[in-house]
Amino acid sequence: METSTSRRKLFNQLMKILGLLGLGLSLVILLTLIFDLIIRGGSRIDFNFLTSFPSRRPSEAGLLSAWVGTLFVMLITAVMTILVGVSAAIYLEEYAKPGPMSRLIELNILNLSAMPSILYGLLALGIFVHQFRLGASLLTAGLTLSLLVLPIVIVSSREALRALPPNLKEASFALGATRFQTLIYYQLPSSLSGIMTGVILALSRAIGETAPLITIGALTYIAFLPKSIMDPFTVLPIQLFNWLSRPQPAFHVNAAAAGVILLFLTLSLNLLAIYIRIRVRKSVKW
Amino acid sequence: MSSVFVAFFMTLLLTFSVAQAQMVKVDGSSTVFPLTEAVAEEFQKADPKIRVTVGISGTGGGFKKFCRGDSDIQNASRPIEESEIQACKKSGIRFLELPVAFDAIAIVVHPSNPFAKDITVEELKKAWEPSAQGQIKKWNQIRSSWPDAPVAFFGAGSDSGTFDYFTEAINGKSKSSRGDYTASEDDNTLVMGVSREKNALGYIPLHYFEENSAKLKAIPVIYKGKKQTPSKESVISGHYAPLSRPLFIYISEKSLKRAEVKKFAEFYIQKSKSLAEEIQMIPLPESTYDVVQKNLTQEKWGTVFKGHSQVGMKIEELLLKEKN
Amino acid sequence: MGTRQSRGWVEKIFETWFAACAYLSVAVTAGIVLTLVWESWPFFQQVGLVEFLFEKEWTPLFSDAKFGIQPLLLGTLMTTLIACAVAVPLGILIAATLSEFMSSRMRQVIKPVIELLAGIPSVIFGYFALIVVTPFLQKWIPSLPGFSLLAAGLTMSFMILPLIVSLSEDALQAVPSSLREASQALGGTVWETTWKVILPSASSGIISACILGVSRAIGETMVVAIAAGQQPHWTLDPTEPAATMTAFMVQVALGDLPHGSLGYQTVFVVGLTLLLMTLAFNFLALQFRSRIRKSF
Repeated sequence: METSTSRRKLFNQLMKILGLLGLGLSLVILLTLIFDLIIRGGSRIDFNFLTSFPSRRPSEAGLLSAWVGTLFVMLITAVMTILVGVSAAIYLEEYAKPGPMSRLIELNILNLSAMPSILYGLLALGIFVHQFRLGASLLTAGLTLSLLVLPIVIVSSREALRALPPNLKEASFALGATRFQTLIYYQLPSSLSGIMTGVILALSRAIGETAPLITIGALTYIAFLPKSIMDPFTVLPIQLFNWLSRPQPAFHVNAAAAGVILLFLTLSLNLLAIYIRIRVRKSVKW
Repeated sequence: MSSVFVAFFMTLLLTFSVAQAQMVKVDGSSTVFPLTEAVAEEFQKADPKIRVTVGISGTGGGFKKFCRGDSDIQNASRPIEESEIQACKKSGIRFLELPVAFDAIAIVVHPSNPFAKDITVEELKKAWEPSAQGQIKKWNQIRSSWPDAPVAFFGAGSDSGTFDYFTEAINGKSKSSRGDYTASEDDNTLVMGVSREKNALGYIPLHYFEENSAKLKAIPVIYKGKKQTPSKESVISGHYAPLSRPLFIYISEKSLKRAEVKKFAEFYIQKSKSLAEEIQMIPLPESTYDVVQKNLTQEKWGTVFKGHSQVGMKIEELLLKEKN
Repeated sequence: MGTRQSRGWVEKIFETWFAACAYLSVAVTAGIVLTLVWESWPFFQQVGLVEFLFEKEWTPLFSDAKFGIQPLLLGTLMTTLIACAVAVPLGILIAATLSEFMSSRMRQVIKPVIELLAGIPSVIFGYFALIVVTPFLQKWIPSLPGFSLLAAGLTMSFMILPLIVSLSEDALQAVPSSLREASQALGGTVWETTWKVILPSASSGIISACILGVSRAIGETMVVAIAAGQQPHWTLDPTEPAATMTAFMVQVALGDLPHGSLGYQTVFVVGLTLLLMTLAFNFLALQFRSRIRKSF
């Protein structure tokens, strides 16, 4: 009896150590990869790198058109997801009656959140680029990415709306406000931080998307800044991919540098979202 | 907060109406791409108001766009084909054909390959013709004195002019080739592939080899009994045959009417010689460039090549063709 | 504040807008399906389902073109298999450790780290695969070529690991503590409790998590496009380069897609195959998810 128990306890410890080892090893590997990226690319980043256009000479090539393109595409994506995503969330939380139709919508949102991103690119190619004749423009990119990240915004906004205590809403109705007025003057402003968290997470996802944008035709040599939303463009992940595809090792250093910046932006956005979430949880409003 | 959105949207709508003025769209061959990229870079430095985009759809893909009117200038690593001439005719597109540089296709292996020191044209055909598919998989099947080791084949993708030219020159028929090899329209991918694979055998444009000569080994080609190493000299002298070829840009009539396109085209011909040398491409002789410049100014429409490549063309022959 | 009637009218417009936005999700799904089917239809009329399914070569742009999906399908399955063979057992182990062996304070620190790692863009993993993982593997397997399914698959496993860990950990945490307390009251160690009680209870959620991981691996594009090579190759050997369905789509997209040509259609045909596989897996994952609620 004694030995069997101590054997079981030993096995228990073993499994615990194995698990911790697995966790530790995975973290170490991932962090090593990240540090390797920073070491290889970090030193390449300087003012020139950030303000030069791509060039055939790796030492002269820079990220200017890429990060400006990213900025514009993110702006368009943010606007579209806020307009459409929040509206969809409002409908599902406030106006929709539970039934087959709302279940259909929810099922679709769930399914879309697990769709390969390249399929969004094909959809955009068929409809935005050819049918609507928008071409490989900033607008097409923004529309494509907003469709891609829409589920993220919808889910977060719904959660934010749901988190509001119902008694204040009922109080508002009791005072004679319409559903709509309650929405505009109370619900939306109060759930703003939750909605913002969703939008920021959506952007952090969109900023690193490469495949759908390649599919709509974004990979070309772009050595200028876009002036209108119908202009061709490039973005950070595509520039990274472009440099990575060139055999000269100096271009790989550039790719690492672009990767560092992309990683920095992605992590910052994620941390911002986490920070907002923690602050909201802490603040006592009601 | 909402006023910010309104203002932003208004700005977007306003910019919507601003036309895409002053843009030159170039697309096509990835072989010609480095030269066009260099020209575009220098051109935009000289005149930042005009924007140039350069795509790499491959010569075939690029011609499709060109004959639809979707690009202004087509980079081509082979002359325009009969079917493409018809397509352009159907869309009412007249074009100028301007040779801009010479190039060769180099046969490359991994630098540590100890046995592949040269290869004959017949052996290349044995290795790359359609019937080689699934059959010719080892080095000793190409040449019996070579080892019994597997070959990793690398070559141009089927949208590439390099592919069309190589298959025509080696297999006798354009686009006819074995299918089981690593194919890419992006020559960079091929350089990366061969340089990382000990058993690689591939064909890439010469200047991609020159730019990456530390990572690859180019082996001489034996043609008609003569062994020729690919180099600037052997190409200019016409000895590196049959894998030497001219590179072109094609400009559509409609696009040439736009000032920015005309400016870019003239800048291209002016700068081709110096920029080609810089990126290890083979420039045409000065006299040829003069003829090309004249063809541009005098708007000599159409092609001199009758819809297919002329295999093993020497530079003087090109000059003669263009003059007439 | 206008009259009641004008207020109602404005509200109605907004309500319609809200509803339209919600139904957009249905429209997007329908759009994807319709676009893919519409563009693929002429291809199937020309090439036929039999050749598509049973031909072992994929050379759509050659003069003697072959249109068999098997090489691409095999490439996708190989990379997915390699990725999941590592990520699934490792992920479940880590999730179990996090959920059962670690204090909630440690969990609160580590969970956000995992979420951050899950957010790393795939193109950066592509960089890792080419620049770090492949040379590292080549030290152990000297004959490994510069592009291989193995390098891509292993890198992908680290990419989907955070996803599997996160979702499995959620599933484990959802098991009520009463079960844990009962098991330990009967003298079971933490491990025995986990293995015999908690994991089986959370199995639906964990299986759902793994299926989503598989789905993610199947649809992954950048890592395979950068590191697995772009040669459609019918092979069962992971040390060889091969193209996956997604890598093929990107490769063609990098070239040109002239509307209506057979080349253009092949992209959509492969996309349709990808869509059907993803839908099947998503549906399966959903089935397992709904089982969770029933088990308690």
